[in-house]
Amino acid sequence: MKIKNFSIIYIIWMFIFTIIPLALIFIFAFTDKSGNFTLENILNVGRYSNVFLLSIGLGAISTIICLILGYPLAYIISKISSSKQNIVIMLIMLPMWINFLLRTYAWMTILENNGLLNKFLSIFGIKPISFINTSGAVVLGMIYNFLPYMILPIYAAIVKIDKRIVEAAQDLGAGKRNVFLKVLAPLSLPGVISGITMVFVPAVSTFIISKMLGGGSNILIGDLIEMQFLGSTYNPNLGSAISFVLMVLIFISIGIMNQFDDSDENFDGVKLK
Amino acid sequence: MKKKLIFFIVIFFLFSIIILSFVLYKNNKKSKIIINVYNWGEYISDGTNGSLNVNEEFTKRTGIYVNYSTFQSNESLFAKIQNGGAKYDVIIPSDYMVSKMIKMDMLQKLDFKKISNYSYVDDSFKYPAYDPTNEYSVPYTWGLVGIFYNKNLVAEEEKDINWNILWNKKYSGKILMFDNPRDAFAISQIRLGISLNSRNKSDWIKAAEDLKLQKPLVQAYVMDQIFDKMANGEAALAPYYNGDAATLLERNKEIGFVIPKEGSNKFVDAMCIPKNAEHPAEALTYINFMCEPKIAAENIKYIGYSSPESVVKNQLDKKVANNKICYPDEQILKNTQLFTALPDELNSFIDSLWVNVKTGEQNNPYALITVLIGFILLYLIVFLVKKKKNKTL
Repeated sequence: MKIKNFSIIYIIWMFIFTIIPLALIFIFAFTDKSGNFTLENILNVGRYSNVFLLSIGLGAISTIICLILGYPLAYIISKISSSKQNIVIMLIMLPMWINFLLRTYAWMTILENNGLLNKFLSIFGIKPISFINTSGAVVLGMIYNFLPYMILPIYAAIVKIDKRIVEAAQDLGAGKRNVFLKVLAPLSLPGVISGITMVFVPAVSTFIISKMLGGGSNILIGDLIEMQFLGSTYNPNLGSAISFVLMVLIFISIGIMNQFDDSDENFDGVKLK
Repeated sequence: MKKKLIFFIVIFFLFSIIILSFVLYKNNKKSKIIINVYNWGEYISDGTNGSLNVNEEFTKRTGIYVNYSTFQSNESLFAKIQNGGAKYDVIIPSDYMVSKMIKMDMLQKLDFKKISNYSYVDDSFKYPAYDPTNEYSVPYTWGLVGIFYNKNLVAEEEKDINWNILWNKKYSGKILMFDNPRDAFAISQIRLGISLNSRNKSDWIKAAEDLKLQKPLVQAYVMDQIFDKMANGEAALAPYYNGDAATLLERNKEIGFVIPKEGSNKFVDAMCIPKNAEHPAEALTYINFMCEPKIAAENIKYIGYSSPESVVKNQLDKKVANNKICYPDEQILKNTQLFTALPDELNSFIDSLWVNVKTGEQNNPYALITVLIGFILLYLIVFLVKKKKNKTL
């Protein structure tokens, strides 16, 4: 009974800070300035299609690269002794304690035409390459900022795997490749999936990275939404409509991801039997 | 009986204490009036580096306390006032926002009889385009948009630099541009000789086409970063506001600043009182105080922008007062234009033009729908494949 009473606090909290804001976005997205129902905002979102395409594209690329970089690292960390594991995990999390803005700003100084990287290259007589203000720089910024969110859940999933299962597979004659494909990969899949969602969602909706590293010409959805609320137009209705469409897109992509989650499938299978 | 009496006395005491404290509290509140002032960040002399703390001085003189807070952009100010969540007594928006708020009936008419120091304000700042009846606003500061250039990287002489240089192919990849539709369009509009406040969509499209021509030459669309990028020699040319120019010129001697005589955008930040102000009379006192030449001079010294009062100019250092960047010649001022508010519909049209300029592609409205349908199809396929697989297991 007491626990039940206690949970009311969280229910109220969720209601005020999750349900009501979502409802507000929904209402704003489907009304005009005087509060009448309209579909115009949603239709106007179509004007910014290529911003959506660019955001989803860059978000997907950085998620894939994060996965390629993150999975082996998570695997390697899980293999080393546990006291070292803590240190390595700390080192991965350490940059996250530094302000996000500052980290991205630092990349600006590195990538600039007169920046550290080009100064370094000039030692070898390489002419300055313009790294900054390209979509590549934006992807780099996303990978740098969101990589820990990929590594940590995968690491958590791999560490949880019972070593005896791997040994059993080896005893039964599975080679290294088979152990990975048939045992490790499926069992670490939940971690991979939560890693992908934890990288993809913030990457698609980020805004300051594209502003600082993309030179303003790589506009992402986040920049677009910011423009509606803090730009010269102040159009919260269109801003909400864009957020709403973005939410639907993310919702569907998470749905797709969850279909790959095998742990879910097993559970269903048990239930069916 | 005795018990009852004590009980009554206690009740009586408690009651009188409550009433007494209530009265005292009320009185106390009456004697301590607090006005809420909402201004741009770093936009008032606040006592740092030996400057005068203007708000403290105001309290010292009038006994009125100031609750001072700051905003980042006109739009955030607007959103805050419109939502009605916070009540401010004095706000200091820019020109076009003043005109927008006048149109939306969000400002009070000012009683100019109570602002005796208004007489110091130069005539050229009275009856401005954003407040044509001159009833709602008192100018606080003003400034102009000009061009930063790096003397090592730009071959032209100062007198030959005008807005066209930002379209010069010679400086491809060395040009920075404002990352804000209204400011960016203004530069192109001045170049093309179009009014900054044109209501004609075709004028805006023309300016957008012009900006598209410039896009391949632009290194980046940025706002505050212009400062750093110019200081580090990362870029050769960039538009910026004159009030902050002095700081950069001091930091890097290779940087120059020009206000093109062909014309420029002049902006004015003006003090207003919102409709829902709680202390309008005290707000007027505050505005009057801010107009006082001595106080205005303190503020201008701190902020770096220009003052609408010539008296103030005379109080400043000779070096500042004769600085052509802050107080340019009449000839340059003649060609400047102020922003006024545009209709909402036009504003969102300009926004989409602006995104178009920056992404450099024509938008296909069906692409988004295709993506959405694609996502849903993918979901269905995965779902069905999985179901089939489950059945075969």
